[in-house]
Amino acid sequence: MAIFLTKDSRVIVQGLTGSEGRKHGQRMLASGTQVVGGVTPGKGGQTATFDGGVTVPVFGSVTEAVEATGADVSVIFVPAKFTRAAVVEAVDAAVPLVVVITEGVPVKDTAEFFTYAQEKGTTRIIGPNCPGLISPGQSNAGIIPADITPPGRIGLVSKSGTLTYQMMYELREFGFSTAVGIGGDPIIGTTHIDALEAFEADPDTDLVVLIGEIGGDAEERAAAYVRDHVTKPVVGYVAGFTAPEGKTMGHAGAIVSGSAGTAAAKKEALEAAGVRVGRTPSETAAIARELVRGLAG
Amino acid sequence: MDLYEHQARDLFEQHGVPVLPGVVARTPAEARAAAERIGGVTVVKAQVKTGGRGKAGGVKVAKTPEDAEAAAEAILGLDIKGHVVSTLMVAAGADIAEEYYVSLLLDRAERRYLALASKEGGVEIEVLAVERPEALARVAVDPVVGVDEAKAREIVEAAGFADDVAGQVAAVLQQLWTVYRESDATLVEVNPLVRTGDGAVIALDGKVTLDENAAFRQPAQAELADEAADDPLETKARAAGLNYVKLDGEVGVIGNGAGLVMSTLDVVAQAGEAHGGVKPANFLDIGGGASAEVMAAGLDVILGDPQVKSVFVNVFGGITACDAVADGIVAALGILGDEATKPLVVRLDGNNVAEGRRILAEAAHPLVTVVDTMDGAAAEAARLAAA
Repeated sequence: MAIFLTKDSRVIVQGLTGSEGRKHGQRMLASGTQVVGGVTPGKGGQTATFDGGVTVPVFGSVTEAVEATGADVSVIFVPAKFTRAAVVEAVDAAVPLVVVITEGVPVKDTAEFFTYAQEKGTTRIIGPNCPGLISPGQSNAGIIPADITPPGRIGLVSKSGTLTYQMMYELREFGFSTAVGIGGDPIIGTTHIDALEAFEADPDTDLVVLIGEIGGDAEERAAAYVRDHVTKPVVGYVAGFTAPEGKTMGHAGAIVSGSAGTAAAKKEALEAAGVRVGRTPSETAAIARELVRGLAG
Repeated sequence: MDLYEHQARDLFEQHGVPVLPGVVARTPAEARAAAERIGGVTVVKAQVKTGGRGKAGGVKVAKTPEDAEAAAEAILGLDIKGHVVSTLMVAAGADIAEEYYVSLLLDRAERRYLALASKEGGVEIEVLAVERPEALARVAVDPVVGVDEAKAREIVEAAGFADDVAGQVAAVLQQLWTVYRESDATLVEVNPLVRTGDGAVIALDGKVTLDENAAFRQPAQAELADEAADDPLETKARAAGLNYVKLDGEVGVIGNGAGLVMSTLDVVAQAGEAHGGVKPANFLDIGGGASAEVMAAGLDVILGDPQVKSVFVNVFGGITACDAVADGIVAALGILGDEATKPLVVRLDGNNVAEGRRILAEAAHPLVTVVDTMDGAAAEAARLAAA
């Protein structure tokens, strides 16, 4: 098992014939993912051939792709201005998991497609502006490098892509059940809490690493959730202690205004909920290592 | 992107929100002319993107055009929380009977929008929200439906507006929703919204934040962007397509991915504690690509900061290959030539790291030190900055 994504997941790529879709479609296939098709409006009936001779069909719409392939995951690589329409199409086709990699999506579009998906009630959205998720050794939906760590029993949820890679690398000796990059935008489809809930229920996850960063109050909410609902050990890390007030640092969500949303406030909230929080990625990994060894002994 | 008050005022006016006449002035003479044009009592207001300007002396009432000129003289050049005043708005004076507060904003946690409204405006709303939360109505707004007539009435009722203004406030809320939707805003705030002595409801001061991700469909955003007010290094970096924020320390930082770069700043600051409080000099995210050109542009910006004493390049190669980063560093140092004078500490991990380290070892540039771990590299960069 794992969360959200397993070896049985059947993945389509919206935007497979574009440069990003093609590059990452290739990487996903190479790491063992069942990529069963692509969707590009106007290119239905074509095929896309990848290194190693794998050929996958391209469909003109998500609905056709789902009917023909039984896909249950769609990874979206289309440009920001077309992302809203692409997500709505996937929601209309009732794809259970939609992973939106695209960055630079207007927050109004995200608010609208998230609301739409909630009303339909059949689709979980991850992202936008995220690296996707990987269940090492099983499936890889997005752009997380597959060779950082082997499968294992640590779960990870993070707003940041490269920080996710850094933490997976620090803990590669243990491996991961699933690592989920939920994205750094102000509005995202899947939250820390959603991932914590899934990891708590996953029999193959023993410990969860939760990575946050300045802005909003998602980490504070996650802390309250851990206190009330999570029995597995959770290790935390928050980036942005030295961020100045009122400046956006790349992630649209990572903006500090006033006292709420600071890294210090988040660390404090997590610690009050019993989560041990590292000051640096390596210190966080050291705490996780200690806890994993404690679980084994 | 935050707008200035006068930009927010103009945007409100375009969408039918009732506002008073207001004219931009950049010199005392312009302020005087503006006051003459508007007539009667005017208010001269500093245009700065920060709160608390009234307390800082940035707002003055002028009974005559001469008063307005003198007020402008006093306000221009004021430093309000680090923002030096270079622009004023001369606005018509208002006969204020009551002050209210209304806003529309993102609700990140609930992933929809939120309307806030209070009969007690004019105060700092953060303070009101903490001290008397019952006085601030919070009403959820569906992103697809928005603030229609029924929603506007719901907000007005929740805030308990009196019957004689409820209709007008509801109308303003619907107009503000149009501003929010049409401009791709993430915040539209009116504080205060006032009732005047003759019963009119008017937006007296406004704050608008626009979503820069929507720039592709909001051509007017480019005109509203305020490059002059930014740090010159930030302007230069933006021109090169880099995501750069100037800080006030000594260790220049370049990395890939916003989260990792933020984390790098923290690790540098922590390492700096052992070296007399050395701090990071900037945030610079080169993003997914790390071509020689991007690396050269990044190094050029950082080395142009006279405060920088050392540079820490921290890359975890996910999609980015470490050999490309190493090539980029070597090429960038070649392009910069004698202009590159500060030591570089480089830490590479991930995709193709062995080849990346080999390239740097082979180039053996005298300014470059390669360190294997993030913590070790941060310590070395801090040590060099303090030396």
